[in-house]
Amino acid sequence: MARQRTALFALAITGALTLAACGNGTDGNNEPDGQAGGETLVVGSQDYYSNEIIAEIYAQALEEAGYTVERDFRIGQREVYMPEIEAGNIDVFPEYTGNLLQYLDPETTETTEDGVYAALQEAMPEGLRVLDQSDASDQDSFVVTKAFADEHSLESIGDLADVEGVTLGGNSELETRPYGPQGLESVYGVSVDFTPIEDSGGPLTLKALRDGDVEVVNIYTADPVLAEGDLVRLEDPEGLLLASHVVPVVSERVDDEAAEVINEVSDALSAEDLVALNAKSVNEEAPAATIASDWLAEQDF
Amino acid sequence: MNWLSQNWERLGELLLNHVALSIPAIVISVLVAVPIGRLAFRKPILGGPVLGAASLLYAVPALPLLVVIPALAGLSPRSPWVMVIALSLYGIALLVRTSADAFAAVDRTVREGALAVGHSPASVFWRVDLPLALPVLIPGIRVVTVSTISLVTIGALIGVSSLGSLLTDGFQRGIVASVITGVVATVALALAFDGLLLLAGRVLTPWRRWSHEPRGGIPVDR
Amino acid sequence: MNLVEAFRWIADPGNWGGTSGIAARIVEHLWVTFLSLLAAAAVALPVGVLIGHTGRGAGVIGAFTGAFRAIPTLGLLTLFGLLLGIGLAAPMLALVILAIPSLLAGAYSGIHSVDPTIAGAARAIGMSPAQVITRVELPLALPVLIGGIRAATLQIVATATLAAYTADYGLGRYLFAGLKTRDYPQMIGGAIIVIALALILELLLAAVQRTIDQRVTRPSTREKLGSRHG
Repeated sequence: MARQRTALFALAITGALTLAACGNGTDGNNEPDGQAGGETLVVGSQDYYSNEIIAEIYAQALEEAGYTVERDFRIGQREVYMPEIEAGNIDVFPEYTGNLLQYLDPETTETTEDGVYAALQEAMPEGLRVLDQSDASDQDSFVVTKAFADEHSLESIGDLADVEGVTLGGNSELETRPYGPQGLESVYGVSVDFTPIEDSGGPLTLKALRDGDVEVVNIYTADPVLAEGDLVRLEDPEGLLLASHVVPVVSERVDDEAAEVINEVSDALSAEDLVALNAKSVNEEAPAATIASDWLAEQDF
Repeated sequence: MNWLSQNWERLGELLLNHVALSIPAIVISVLVAVPIGRLAFRKPILGGPVLGAASLLYAVPALPLLVVIPALAGLSPRSPWVMVIALSLYGIALLVRTSADAFAAVDRTVREGALAVGHSPASVFWRVDLPLALPVLIPGIRVVTVSTISLVTIGALIGVSSLGSLLTDGFQRGIVASVITGVVATVALALAFDGLLLLAGRVLTPWRRWSHEPRGGIPVDR
Repeated sequence: MNLVEAFRWIADPGNWGGTSGIAARIVEHLWVTFLSLLAAAAVALPVGVLIGHTGRGAGVIGAFTGAFRAIPTLGLLTLFGLLLGIGLAAPMLALVILAIPSLLAGAYSGIHSVDPTIAGAARAIGMSPAQVITRVELPLALPVLIGGIRAATLQIVATATLAAYTADYGLGRYLFAGLKTRDYPQMIGGAIIVIALALILELLLAAVQRTIDQRVTRPSTREKLGSRHG
């Protein structure tokens, strides 16, 4: 009797472990395929819908070119996925030049498109490289409502210097970034208060801006809301904000041929395209795979 | 509902992931918490601090826990095991005190009687203590099950996909249907498991009259 | 080691002062905990007591607390955030809903577990229903009811870190800021302070519960029980 119970107990434990192993499997096999299998490429993406669309485009383009692709999408934020890329678990990952450079080299002073790209190539960790940067960009920008811009005749960030009591809203890290409140003060002579809103320029940030809780927010330039007409992106003539173009990070397992496929995608992807793709995701609520295949079909890939 | 019609498959996939993360965590919670609870009941000197520590475990905020576990356990930050460990810790925290209460609720004279008629201590545990503790234990396990299934959603914050991914994704894209689907599916899943455990409780404790809620009613979360 | 650095971060007096210092954050954190608890108690306790007293709706309460418990707080916060915008309203509403099941269960179970013969006796000597509740059932239910408050407090104080998701408020600020800038000592330090707060509240409420428990369960009764088993 006692033995039977022990066996049951053991079975329960084994069951638990097996189930856990299943969980492991469905969440994507993290093990690299080893040296021999050069054909299967793992494409990853951030936990960000726009990034997932670009990753899906890379993946489908590679599949079209005869590669076997494994998708490992929605891998959280940079602090989670960068170690995985560095460990060789992911071969292709859409990134953004400025934001990635800032992650790899927080002290960087580069802000221009070419300066950032050159510095990024230098800063890439061992075993990783970036392919060509795309025209499409998704960088930080300072945005106000059209009403607020009209009221104070604002065009560029510097015009804010004459406005009293301005509050800037954005992720908490913005407070300490070089282009945050200190940068606004030193480059443009604009002094602002800061309110953290932790959704990376998402709906909460927008609502805070439109409700008048904050006057200026940090929104990514490819966000389709900027096309809605009630918002104004302030110009940045002094180059306070880093240029940040879409750029693929690839491992050594990506050969010249595969690199060529991805470079073609980057070349074809215009800034307007990226905004349009995002709009499709947000407004038509279409899944990333559909959006990606539609775009590839349009481009005759 | 445009969103839902385009995302049925994804919903199914995420539901499976959600279940695959929940079940191991619930099973581990029970397997760890019940012996600790019994120990705490048998050795009150040890039990006090153990119960205190367990309820404090519940106070650890989830976000730092999810960052600390991979560092301590040497796991990849988004290994599903990180979630399973975190969920198990919360589950244990919820269940240890209930387990101790469950064994305390067993009439001592029954236990002594069983020993007197020649049952070994192990046999007393399996044939007397555990079955008689079930009426208190099972409601506790139901609480752990429901809160674990609810808590799995935070995995989305560290890139472990589950129904929680519908919450973060829907939020980013401003698709309310996605967020609501995530919430409703999570609640439905939790209630389905809860119902299964309720039935299991009735089958396992046939001597109890289940037509009425037992005295003492709904378990408090501790 | 992050843990050592985390304690060093806490020990640094420079981190304690000012409007975003640890001291101010603790006060904010306790305040949001207290307000959420108060709001949740105002809803849940009367309902729980009433259901426990009348027995009406007792069947529903199990399913109801189960369903409430199953609602993912993350989902609530995002939904309320989309509806209400930034500020404390969204996270506080989520915290209130988080706390309701424990409070409701505590109040209901407390009243429900009072020996019906005692309530019957109280009625027999001419007490009104309100008197039965306030003078007989509530005092006897208090230890279990406070158990519910204890559980709810612990849940809220740990989860109140979410307030920082939509507002510049509470100890959660250290968690988010630490996570985003990979300043893990700050993040873990913030978590340690949350745990310490929970510990203090837990000990306080446990002491309250013990005191009331001793008052309700008369020492004489205890001895009798003890001797029967001993």
